[in-house]
Amino acid sequence: MQPSVPASAAPPTLQVRNLRTSFFTRAGVVPAVNDVSFNVERGKVLGLVGESGSGKTVTGFSIMRLVDDPGRIIGGEILFGGRDLVKTSEEDMRAIRGNRIAMIFQDPMMTLNPVLRIDTQMIETMQAHRKISKEAARQRARDTLGMVGIPSPDERLKAYPHQFSGGMRQRVAIAIALLHEPELIVADEPTTALDVTIQGQILAEVQKLAATTGTSIIWITHDLSVVAGLADDIAVMYAGEVAEYGAVSDVLDHPLHPYTVGLLGSVPNRNKRGEPLRQIPGMTPSLLSLPPGCPFQTRCPRAADVCRQSPPMAEILPAHEARCFRPHLEEAGVAA
Amino acid sequence: MSATIEAPIPASGTKPADKMIEVVGVSRRFAKRLDFAGRIAAKLGAPIRDEVVHAVDKVDLTIRRGEVVGLVGESGCGKSTLGRMVAGILPPSDGTILWKGKDRTRMHGKEARAAMLQAQMIFQDPMSSLNPRLKVAEIIGEAPLFHGLTTRSEFGGYVDDQMRRAGLDPAFKVRYPHQFSGGQRQRIGIARALAVQPEFLVCDESVAALDVSIQAQILNLFMKLRRELNLTYLFISHDLGVVEHLSDRVVIMYLGRVVEEAPTETVFARANHPYTQSLLAAVPRIEARKKAFVTVQGEIPSPLNPPSGCHFHPRCPHAFDRCRVEIPALKEVAPGHRSRCHLNDLPNHGGQPV
Repeated sequence: MQPSVPASAAPPTLQVRNLRTSFFTRAGVVPAVNDVSFNVERGKVLGLVGESGSGKTVTGFSIMRLVDDPGRIIGGEILFGGRDLVKTSEEDMRAIRGNRIAMIFQDPMMTLNPVLRIDTQMIETMQAHRKISKEAARQRARDTLGMVGIPSPDERLKAYPHQFSGGMRQRVAIAIALLHEPELIVADEPTTALDVTIQGQILAEVQKLAATTGTSIIWITHDLSVVAGLADDIAVMYAGEVAEYGAVSDVLDHPLHPYTVGLLGSVPNRNKRGEPLRQIPGMTPSLLSLPPGCPFQTRCPRAADVCRQSPPMAEILPAHEARCFRPHLEEAGVAA
Repeated sequence: MSATIEAPIPASGTKPADKMIEVVGVSRRFAKRLDFAGRIAAKLGAPIRDEVVHAVDKVDLTIRRGEVVGLVGESGCGKSTLGRMVAGILPPSDGTILWKGKDRTRMHGKEARAAMLQAQMIFQDPMSSLNPRLKVAEIIGEAPLFHGLTTRSEFGGYVDDQMRRAGLDPAFKVRYPHQFSGGQRQRIGIARALAVQPEFLVCDESVAALDVSIQAQILNLFMKLRRELNLTYLFISHDLGVVEHLSDRVVIMYLGRVVEEAPTETVFARANHPYTQSLLAAVPRIEARKKAFVTVQGEIPSPLNPPSGCHFHPRCPHAFDRCRVEIPALKEVAPGHRSRCHLNDLPNHGGQPV
């Protein structure tokens, strides 16, 4: 994305280091995010992939510091622009949230207020973070709506959220996230509820934005194929941990972790039409009663005695990490 | 299977036994009637009328015994409405649905009940299609008991068999639906549908709400049951990957009309209709890295006020004058491959993909 700047020279927009977020429920402590680390480089898209309950959304909420009681960040660092967001005061966080880090939710009505017109909401968002005249704010709102592909933005500014279709509402939510030209956008399944052709349109807009504005994006999704087309790097989450982390082509073409292998085998693919899919047996374990050691061991075809200890996150291939004692090295073309 | 596509109305010579279900010119309209004040206002000359949605508009569809037909479309295209009519739980406004060659609306008594039982439906959200206050054994066993497929004394064993077939542990039959995970609930829905020994299943987005690894388990179960019980499926989904994996033939709908129908390989290799082509272009695939997402412009129009002529013309990159005024017919472009597009009448296209 930034060929003029060598990758090592510019620090990453966001560095998450050993993040732990737990929910202290009456039934026990739920380690929703457990020792999660990753980087998001400037202008790059990180795909955070996982199934329900894998902790991908809580990771996103932790970065935004939006985790509510009984949840709490209990360890680790979230380094953003030279400061640790975990230690940032709530007041300072308010100045960052929506301004330098923005979030897009699966349901755009989480962002939009149903009883306010779009222009009111957008101008309010502008004025919350900077001194700007109402007229200049309206101008900026109009331009941003145009940027995300909303036709006749002048008239649409005067509409209420219910007058938009699902896809258009999501565009408005993205426009609001872009108002302050944030350095980072956390997008939590923003296209999951949309039809394929509309999803394609939104993905095209997001790609254009990441390329032109240098905004970094964390794209949280359960859909590996969306991430394949959109992301630069990918982190696969399972039971609160990052199972595998690396460049998209490394992770998807040469998966190391048996969970990633199983996940890829579960996706219907044109080469395997009519054949049984390679399914992962069983289901995601409850985070309240995880087995000691690797959380995937009960479903893993390669599990051995050693898996009863917790595998560390290790760089098994260059710039390709996995949390596994018995990774798929044969398939990756490396002798074990 | 014959080389040529069958005419929508069966000639007397064709063997009706080969056809599981035949949908002929079926439409379904939903009307929002005016309220009292609205009717008075209309009488006094106000320009308001009943709002009518043509959810399904003159659809012909034949499903042969043992076949898996995939029905694809985006929200509001009428695929679920068509599925419900095919399953027999929603009467059509117009047209006929022939079950093994006989009009279902003209059946009575025993014959009608048997036809109802043989077509079963599996829904998207298992939680809202299972009674939360019944135990699993009651959910699965109620219908077969009522219809005399099992007796009180054999009830326990019968339910156990159904549960095992759907991959559920019979020990769980005393539990309630909320005690199961999403994938297991979908298995209960499958066991319930299979308990009345159907020949034909309509699956309406049955795997859409499941995680990928669980979805793979359920898709494998569908394929296993097809082999073991010789089932026929109408598989409704918005997920082209799933449909491609499972179906023998694919039917694509847009705003209430069938726009293309062909064997699965043909649709994915040589889609004829511009809508099918743009749909296929928009599907993200694992093999496509850092792809430039280019898609069809615009949104699906409101079915309350659909565009004139070809419903797809406002979004179609190839639309010309004729598309705006005339509804294209669903015509055969190759054996077994039908498409509803005026481009196929242009001499330089000759039925080739545009």
